[in-house]
Formats: sequence, structure tokens, C-alpha cells
Amino acid sequence: MSQLGWARLQFGMTTVYHFFFAPVTIGLAVWLAILESIYVATGNEDYKTLVKFWGRLFLLNFAVGVVTGILQEFQFGLDWANYSRFVGDIFGAPLAIEALAAFFLESTFIGIWQFGWDTVSKTVHLLAIWLVALGTTLSALWILTANAFMQEPVGYTLVHGKAEMSNFGALLTNPQLWVEFPHTVLAAYLTASVFVLAISAYQILNQRQPHLFAKSFKFAAVAALVFGLGVAVIGDAQASHLVTAQPMKIAAAEALWKNTGAHAPWTVIGIVDSRDHQLKDAVQVPDLLTILAYKRLSGSLSGIHALASAAVKQYGPGNYVPPVAPVFYAFRVMIFAGVLMILGGLWATLRLRGNRFLTRRRLLKAMVWMLPLPYLANTAGWVMTEVGRQPWVVYGLLSTAVGVSPAKTVPSAEIILSLSAFAAIYTAIAVAAVFLFKKYTDLGATPEQAGPPSETDHYLHVV
Amino acid sequence: MDLNIFWFGVIGILFVGYFFLEGFDYGVGMLYQFLTPDDTDRRVALNAIGPTWGANEVWLITAGGAIFAAFPEWYATLFSGFYLALVLMLLGLIARGVAMEYRSRHDPPAWRRMWDWALTIGSFIPALLWGVAMANLVRGVPIDAQMNDTGSLLTLLNPYALWSGLVMLVIFLAHGAYFLDMKTEGALRSQAASAARWLGWPAAIAEAILLLWSSRLIHPSAWAVAAGLLSLGSIVTAVLVYGQKTIRMAFFLHGAGIALLTAASFLALFPDVMVSSLNPAWSLTIYNAASNPYSLRVMTWVALTLVPIVLAYQLWTYWIFRQRVSPKSPLEY
Repeated sequence: MSQLGWARLQFGMTTVYHFFFAPVTIGLAVWLAILESIYVATGNEDYKTLVKFWGRLFLLNFAVGVVTGILQEFQFGLDWANYSRFVGDIFGAPLAIEALAAFFLESTFIGIWQFGWDTVSKTVHLLAIWLVALGTTLSALWILTANAFMQEPVGYTLVHGKAEMSNFGALLTNPQLWVEFPHTVLAAYLTASVFVLAISAYQILNQRQPHLFAKSFKFAAVAALVFGLGVAVIGDAQASHLVTAQPMKIAAAEALWKNTGAHAPWTVIGIVDSRDHQLKDAVQVPDLLTILAYKRLSGSLSGIHALASAAVKQYGPGNYVPPVAPVFYAFRVMIFAGVLMILGGLWATLRLRGNRFLTRRRLLKAMVWMLPLPYLANTAGWVMTEVGRQPWVVYGLLSTAVGVSPAKTVPSAEIILSLSAFAAIYTAIAVAAVFLFKKYTDLGATPEQAGPPSETDHYLHVV
Repeated sequence: MDLNIFWFGVIGILFVGYFFLEGFDYGVGMLYQFLTPDDTDRRVALNAIGPTWGANEVWLITAGGAIFAAFPEWYATLFSGFYLALVLMLLGLIARGVAMEYRSRHDPPAWRRMWDWALTIGSFIPALLWGVAMANLVRGVPIDAQMNDTGSLLTLLNPYALWSGLVMLVIFLAHGAYFLDMKTEGALRSQAASAARWLGWPAAIAEAILLLWSSRLIHPSAWAVAAGLLSLGSIVTAVLVYGQKTIRMAFFLHGAGIALLTAASFLALFPDVMVSSLNPAWSLTIYNAASNPYSLRVMTWVALTLVPIVLAYQLWTYWIFRQRVSPKSPLEY
């Protein structure tokens, strides 16, 4: 593999890994803030017990999200020096603002929240978790402002071959940002909802404080349904936006090599044959792609061939086609996982009345098995977004191959070395994290959980 | 004063904050398992930095973001050029951050030993490497006409830079020892106190040698020399005043020494941000490495609005957690 290939693999691997932890953090912070608000408002100790239980899982998750985020702040410089030189003027600003506005807020108030149970008043403690929730969501806003620029460059002028910021307001009102940010944040809330739903179902199945976890289950069931629908609605708007903003990405996501007619069908599933440029054994719904793309009954979409020749005319000779198969399949994995989560949320919501869900083992087991779905959908979503933008790193402005660090400064060998080291440490951390998740889930939500010494003693008795 | 100078100053201040604050966190991380074999005392040490270390680390993240925003060429040259060193530092920070949260979540001694070492090594690496990095920034690395660093990891590991790394290491160790003496109680505190007594002079002597070496090697400006001498004076005074009743004063004097040493490095660097050892004309400066004036103006407004708020709530956290930590305190870590 080339130096460019290794650099892309390192960025992809570390970023996907980071995004295993970031969305749960964003969503669980809000979840904790809501639970603690109920506790402070009602004084019901059950909610404090729940805050402590979910708070422990949150902190285990948060730690990994934070440390893998440190790498994110620096790795544009590591392997993507030419990219950094090209866009630093614009891209650096949201990153710096993210640190200043979001990371300080999160890290300071998570300290107060985690260590301050006996030190600060109930109100201040509650305020702390709300500020953490605000910080995590702000962090998503700023990093997606940066990403949205890569998808749809706005507010810049090209000076001496570099993109310079000319309009900060345009960065913040980038239309891409305002479909991408709500889609990602709602997906984060959905991720946390499914996380809470799955673990609550698991606890109820194992008869661990079912009366407590029933409360979590009810919230999470409705939240999964609502956020699932929200993600889908915004996702649809985002895809419609792509039809004009990044038509090549949509063409790849639909494996359309030729222009469609005025009534384009949507392919539910099919086999991509990238060599012969066709879709085989496709199961299609008539007219649906046109309706999804344009919200009307007639309209055609451009195919890869036409878009590629238009790109050659605009940018000069070159290959402007992203890898079609991964984009096509990733799009479908995301959609199917999303639909399953909505259906799961609906099923659970329909069984809430009279606490019927408590005795429906099949439902509860299904909820447990939903746990991988948000992770799958999140990853697939980013694969579609980032692979679908290729060969560009900044759409229409800078190709990925040009953005990489020069090989004389960062040779392949160094990237292979760092990639192996990150893979090793990330694997070790994943093992430890899953182990502790399991342990603290199995400990259940007991009021004694307040002090770590007793909780670990308790665990020794359990095992 | 133009905005390029302002942003060079902002980044300098962010590094001052980072080295002052994470300096004692790294010091504690390196020291604590050698101060006591007792698990509760080790937890006391970690809980003393527990509520605040995360926000302290954000000073580094913000410095990285600020370099990217204000001086993208500096960001690109530095982190691609110091590739393996940066990767090593990131691995250290990753191991240490997870260790902090995971160490006390499970009982078996083997588990805790593993994370203790992750924490100690993960604190040792950044402490050492930042000393190495600062020395190389000031002294110069082989940067070509296209602003690419053509050196390797071995170029960075020259004797002068390694000595600077050692100075940083010892100064942070002493900073951690003063901190634990100030913030903990009981057996751990007396261990920390003897470590502080043991580390004070070596820190001062190592720094004195570094300053002498620097004055021969890099011809620093008068301002840099003044800051360096004040730094040394501060660290020596910390050793001299250090005692049972004056621990707080010693801690802040030593911290001022760290701040002034950082300031000295940045003053020695100014107006360059990275020196080319191949040709002075190829050095990166606060002008040729900078973002355009519009971008700097936007970032200036953002910084002037947010920094006071951030400083206020971060100081407030130190006030909230001003009590000493003892084995009887609720131990979260």
C-alpha cells in the first residue's frame, strides 16, 4: 500500500474508533442531566441511584472519548501537513474554538460533577451536568463546522494556492452544516437511547432492580422512537441537499452509472459490479429515488459517467469517481440499521402501557440485540460521507492525494509504526472498557454504589 | 502590536498554563507509586489531581488548536516534522488518561499495577518530550525551503534537547511533590515532602546548566535571558523558603519558575516559531506561518470573549476542591 493509503487507513481507523465513544457521550450527558433534574425536582432517591449507575458507564465511556479525541486534534498535522497548510486558515479556527468553548466546559464541569457530590450543592451539581451536556453538543457543532467545510467549502478565497477565510459567518451558516449537525447530534441521542434501552432490558431480563430499570426503559423506548424518526427525517433532508451539493456522492451511494429517467427507482438492495459499471439483482421501489431526491413526482438524477466527464471539464484530467461499492453498501447499512432502531423503539413504546414490557422476554431480548445497531449506523454514515467525497479531501478544491504529508517528512514506515501502535493501544483499551462496562452493568444500580470500596467488595461477592 | 504578535503571545500563555498545570499532574503521575506501596495512599494522590487534571490537559489541546488556527504552517511543519515524537507523546497521554479513570474501578493488584505503570509512563513521556521539543524549536531543525522538516527522530534526540527533556522531567517531578505536600494529608504527605526536599536542588542545578548551555548555543535575546534568570531565581527561592508552613509559597514560586522558563523559551524563539538549521531564511516566523489578518481578527474576538469566562470557572473549580485529600475523603479514583 502507498504512503497515502496508510495515512488514510490511520485516519479512518482512529476516527471511527473515536466515534464509537463520542456519540454515546453526547447522548448520555443529556440523559444524565434529565435524570438528575428529576431527582433534584422530586427528591426521589431512585433517580439518584439511576444517575449513579448511568453516570459510571458514562465516565468509563467519556474517558476513552477524551483521550482518542486528543489524537484527533493533532493528527491533521501528522499525516496531513499539506492539507493543514491549505485549509489551516479556515479549518483551524473551528478546532480552536471547539477547544476553548467546548472542551474546557466539558472537562471542568465533569470534574465538578464526578468529584463534587459531597462538595457542591445539589443545584450546582445539576448545573454541572447540564453544562457538560452543553459542552459535548457544542463540541459536535464546531467539529462539524470544520467537516462541513470539507464537504461544501464556503466563506473562503483562494490566495496563492491556499484557502483563506473571508467570511466567518458563511462557515457558520453553511447549508451543509445545518443538515449535518442535526443529523449527527440526533444520531448521538439515538445512540444513547438505544444504549440505555438495551442495557435496561438486559437488567430487567436478569431481574436486577427491575422497578428502577423500568423507569430507564420507558424513557429510552420513547426516545429511541422519537430520535430515530428525527435522524431519518433530517437524513432525508441531508440526502436531498447532496443531490445538488455533491451529486457524485449520491450517484455513488445509489450506484447510478447512467443518468436516470424522470422516474428514478430506489434500490433497496443489489450487488454492485464496479468493473462492468452496473447494479445486479437489484430490488427496487419504482419512483422512490426521485421522490426522495426532489420531494416531487418527476425528476432525473445524473449518473457517474456524466458527472465524471463534467468534472474532467471543470478540474482537468483525472479520476473523479469515489469507490462506489463501499459508499453504496454503507448507505444501506445505515438506513437499515436506522429503520430497525425505529421499529424497535416503536415495538417497545407500544408495550409500555401497564408495564407490559416487563414480562415480554422476546421484546426484552430483541432490545438487548439492538445494541450494535447505532454503532453500525454511525460508522456506516461516516464511511458514506468521507469515502463518498473522494477523491477530494476538500470538495472541489483539494484532492486527498495532495493533502497528505510529504513522504520525505513522513515516510510510510513511520505511519505503519504509528498505526500499529495506535491499533495495539486502542485494542487494549477496548478490551478493558468492555470488561468494565460488563462489570458495572452486572453490579446493577444499588444505592451502595456511592462509594467505590463497597461496590468493588460487593462485586467480589457476586463473582 | 499586530495580531501576529498577539497570537504568538496567546500561544505562549497557553503553554505557560499547560506546563504549570499539567506539570504537577505529570509530576504526581510519575511519583505517586514510588512514594507509597499503599493502595489507599496512591488513590489519595490521584484524587488530589482528579477533579482538575482533565481541564488542565485542555490547555494543551487549546494550544494545538490555536497554533492550527493562527499559524497553520507552524502546525503542519511541527507535527509532521516531529512525527514519531508526537505519536509517542499521544500514546502516553492516551494511556494515562484511561488509566486515571480505570485504575481504581477493579480490585485485583495486577490490574492496579498495570494501570499504575500506564499512568507513570504516560506522565513520564510527555514531560520528557516537551522538554526535548522546546529545545529543538529554539535551537532549530532541518527545515527546507518548502517548510518541511527533513530530520528524523534521531535529529531531535541531540544532547542539548535531551538535557532540556531531563530538566523538564525533574522540574515537573518537584512540582508534583510540592503539590502533593500541599494537597494531601498523612503518610503520603510526609513522603511527598521528603521527595520535594530531595528534588528541589537537582531541579535548580539542572536548569542552571540548561541556561548556561542555551546562552552558548542559541544566543538568546536579552528578554529571554532575563526570563530565564528570573525562572532560576524563582526555583531556587522555592527550595530556600520550603518548609512546613510555607509549602504553598514554595509551590507557587516553583510554578512561577516553570512559567518563566516557558516564557524564556518563547522569547528566545520570537519572532520565529520554528528555526531552520539549514538556512535562517527558511525559518518559520510569526508572519510567514500565519493565517490571514481576517482570520486572526475573528479568532481574536473569540478568544477575548471566551478566555475570561474559561479562566473564571477553572479558578472556581480549584476553589471548590481546595480541601486537602486524605484517606478518609471520598475517593472517586
